Amino acid sequence: MSRGTVLVTADWAEKNLGAPGVVFVEVDEDTSAYDGGHLEGAVKLDWKQDLQDPVRRDFVNKQQFEALLSAKGVGNDDAVVLYGGNNNWFAAYAYWYFKLYGHRDVRLLDGGRKKWELDNRPLSTDAVSRPATSYVAGEQDLSIRAFRDEVVDAIGTKNLVDVRSPDEYAGRLLAPAHLPQEQAQRAGHIPTALSVPWSKAANEDGTFKSDDELSTLYGEAGLDGSKATIAYCRIGERSSHTWFVLHELLGQADVKNYDGSWTEYGSLVGVPVALGDEPGEA
Amino acid sequence: MNAVVTAGCAAPDQAAPLPASVDLEKETVISGVVVAAADGLPVAGGYVRLLDATGEFTAEVVTSPAGQFRFFAAPGTWTLRVLSRSGTGDAAVTVDRGLNELTLTVSP
Repeated sequence: MSRGTVLVTADWAEKNLGAPGVVFVEVDEDTSAYDGGHLEGAVKLDWKQDLQDPVRRDFVNKQQFEALLSAKGVGNDDAVVLYGGNNNWFAAYAYWYFKLYGHRDVRLLDGGRKKWELDNRPLSTDAVSRPATSYVAGEQDLSIRAFRDEVVDAIGTKNLVDVRSPDEYAGRLLAPAHLPQEQAQRAGHIPTALSVPWSKAANEDGTFKSDDELSTLYGEAGLDGSKATIAYCRIGERSSHTWFVLHELLGQADVKNYDGSWTEYGSLVGVPVALGDEPGEA
Repeated sequence: MNAVVTAGCAAPDQAAPLPASVDLEKETVISGVVVAAADGLPVAGGYVRLLDATGEFTAEVVTSPAGQFRFFAAPGTWTLRVLSRSGTGDAAVTVDRGLNELTLTVSP
């Protein structure tokens, strides 16, 4: 993987709106952003309604994912370009999700909605409909998805990267600061996890930093390149952003996203939790 | 509790009134409005980010049509930074539990 095959610039995107074989997909939690104006021809995915099982805490299964993409008019051979708000958190989550189900050509729009808006690029409110396809998904690629037992086993053996804000890591906040702080789970982080907030990998306009800057960032944070890595946050979308950086931009071989993240780990009975700004002992 | 999990991490509607479930005895709310220095008019669609005492990103929201924003933080010192098509602006604030209101101005 490299920047050229997984990331597109806003200029490239603007030139390729409507290009055959390229499908733009906006991914948000709050789809009112899309409804107020989207890239011309882009279809929308709702992070919660479309990608999460409505009852259990898990993803839609293979058949549901196939039905979703077929209805949205996404074909197996299409290049899917994802973008969204929140500095592309949910777009990065969807990117990881598309890879989980084996889509070949997925890319992120560098900077997402924010850069697009700040650049004053055109947005459309026209309804978008694409002819239905017969999408075929692969089985979940579990080499990029971590579950809780593997995370507990990783303490002191693999790289754990906590990508939440420093105050969430230390246990001073329980959620990102645009959300109320009353939460069910305990505060803190997984012992031995390094604190590398996702935001350190992005510029102020939401674009990714250069490969050199990113290598330096994780090197200085103490990430051991010879070990496997698991990234986590609160619910797994900010850590998708970091998974994208480590696996897709920097090409590290064994990187998993723990989508259970702190809302699961911080609610588990009997697991170790570290408080404060230091990683803590295994 | 499940609702909290599935609510995700995206910012809620910035124009909505404070939910009744928010306990101002416990929460430290930083809210306000972004206005343009040139004409004093509210700036809609501005990106407001909350930086902690070390300058690290903590959260970001998009202002409502009336220029409003809101964060749930903790008592202490924070920096607010705005990026918008009308310009940028910064402000340092020291806040306490309860509702903390302020106006941010942006200029090109």
